[in-house]
Amino acid sequence: MSVQTWTYILVGITFSLYIGIAIWSRAGSTKEFYVAGGGVSPLANGMATAADWMSAASFISMAGIISFAGYDGSVYLMGWTGGYVLLALLLAPYLRKFGKFTVPDFIGDRYYSKTARMVAVFCALIVSFTYVAGQMQGVGLVFSRFLEVDMDTGVVIGMVIVLFYAVLGGMKGITYTQVAQYCVLIFAFMVPAIFISFQMTGNPIPQLGMGATLNDGSGVFLMDKLDGLSTELGFDEYTSGSKSMIDVFAITLALMVGTAGLPHVIVRFFTVKRVKDARKSAGWALLLIAILYTAAPAVSVFARTNLIDTVNNKPYADMPEWFSKWEITGLIKFDDKNGDGKIQYVADKNINELDVNRDIMVLANPEIADLPAWVIALVAAGSLAAALSTAAGLLLVISASVSHDLIKKVINPNISEKGELWAARGAATVAVVIAGYFGINPPGFVAAVVALAFGLAAASFFPAIVLGIFYKKMNKEGAIAGMVIGISLMLFYMLKFKFGIFDGGKEAVEGLKASWWFGISPEGFGSVAMLVNFIVSIVIMKFTPEPPENVQRIVEDIRIPSGAGEATGH
Amino acid sequence: MSEKQKKATAYWKENVRYLFILLAIWFIVSYGAGILFKDALDTIRLGGFKLGFWFAQQGSIYIFVALIFVYVRLMNKLDKKYGYDE
Repeated sequence: MSVQTWTYILVGITFSLYIGIAIWSRAGSTKEFYVAGGGVSPLANGMATAADWMSAASFISMAGIISFAGYDGSVYLMGWTGGYVLLALLLAPYLRKFGKFTVPDFIGDRYYSKTARMVAVFCALIVSFTYVAGQMQGVGLVFSRFLEVDMDTGVVIGMVIVLFYAVLGGMKGITYTQVAQYCVLIFAFMVPAIFISFQMTGNPIPQLGMGATLNDGSGVFLMDKLDGLSTELGFDEYTSGSKSMIDVFAITLALMVGTAGLPHVIVRFFTVKRVKDARKSAGWALLLIAILYTAAPAVSVFARTNLIDTVNNKPYADMPEWFSKWEITGLIKFDDKNGDGKIQYVADKNINELDVNRDIMVLANPEIADLPAWVIALVAAGSLAAALSTAAGLLLVISASVSHDLIKKVINPNISEKGELWAARGAATVAVVIAGYFGINPPGFVAAVVALAFGLAAASFFPAIVLGIFYKKMNKEGAIAGMVIGISLMLFYMLKFKFGIFDGGKEAVEGLKASWWFGISPEGFGSVAMLVNFIVSIVIMKFTPEPPENVQRIVEDIRIPSGAGEATGH
Repeated sequence: MSEKQKKATAYWKENVRYLFILLAIWFIVSYGAGILFKDALDTIRLGGFKLGFWFAQQGSIYIFVALIFVYVRLMNKLDKKYGYDE
């Protein structure tokens, strides 16, 4: 059977599965819609969190980025896993004990202020919208390449599926589809990784194969070969990288703290029954994420070595079938500058003849390694699972922010439960349509703004929540000032150094690198903005009145794990 | 201070102590071994891996997972000790 047929079969089966689950788990109350009724088991919640968290970026782009960045790619590996330690130790158990529906709920109640709640709603919406647009683009990319439909049609199909189960089932529907999606995506990622690892090193476990010797009888370690190839072609040594140490440090910190502050991840811990379940399910989530995150750098090494071996100094006419297929999509570009009919792939931009898009390293990897057709189709199904599960989780945060935090808590507190449920569904529908629009007409800054989302979450939510739990005397004046100044500083830095707004636009960005504060890139600046938030909050607090007695009692109460009860909206 | 409050304060103190220890390890394996002392550790080899590189792309992640499960165990014990388990 051809790749095409296999893809239709596998995507068809997985999609019917998701829809079946959605119909089985319809939400009847707001509690089911927002937090799946609050009775999800720790393992199921861990799986759902893992699927929620691992987006199209983790599945499709990350291994490719590391492939080209080498050691510098470590910032994503450590940053996007280390955040779970912070989440498990500093946030999840206490927020679960607090027992409300959303992150703005916590901020609004803990800081006894509508202003604080509105600032939180604003942040949650910005973070989630920028994220979801990226997911829709991922869906479009996969559809257009594997099912050979138009990219726009692909986005629309994705929208309809997500709309169906997010609107119908709310958190309950999303949770159980995400469990299925986790299984699909991890299987789809690991099967080709295992195949290729065995092919190249004789060791079927990719995490070990990465550090093993090559299978060709030479006795050379794979990593040593890649280091050698990289320097030979003029790239940085794979295991060394080129970013400065302080920047690597700052980016890793910003991603970790940003991860712990993302509303769609935090809200998953409201769905379990007890505080101890929240801790445990954070452990499960990270374990399940780590399977992919430790295999990804191995895939990067395999893919990079394979790519160089396959293309460098080889005649263009001898290229395998996948090469021309990806050339049609424009993701591989070959320009025979010296006219010798061979491909020169080197670091020097004036001689280099090959341009490879990072995103295709995972998608094309099974083809480059010449794996069976069903494995290639599996990767398509897996990337769709990754993109759809994250999109659904984000849509829920958006709809809950609108229906619960805006309509129920601010605009119309007397709304009936049924009315709130319909408002939530309406908000989810509008959000899907907007996300789809951005998926079809991607603003040029999507990738840049996704990085901004982590910085924003780090600069706003994380300090406010941590101080809210660990510092009883923290008051609303301190928290609001911290959030507003943290976010504004982050926005200013991004606008200045990522978009060059104050210095004549995009062209100026390269020249501004020399004036980065402390040598920290915009991607890493979230960590500085976070520190500023902490400092501002504490200083302002010292000069303003203490929080009221009953709020201090709430803080004492959330520190005690027993008696969490069920998540409530009141 | 009432008996109940004393208990809660003692529980919180032990909890915070665990957090400090676990987060110190979290910091050492990632920011320490994977970033600050990466170059020094790279002179040591672990099979085909340079050690600093291994910490940055593999080791730190394994230790993160272990840290959370250790935390879960410690806290479950602590909850029992203070009668907060359910």
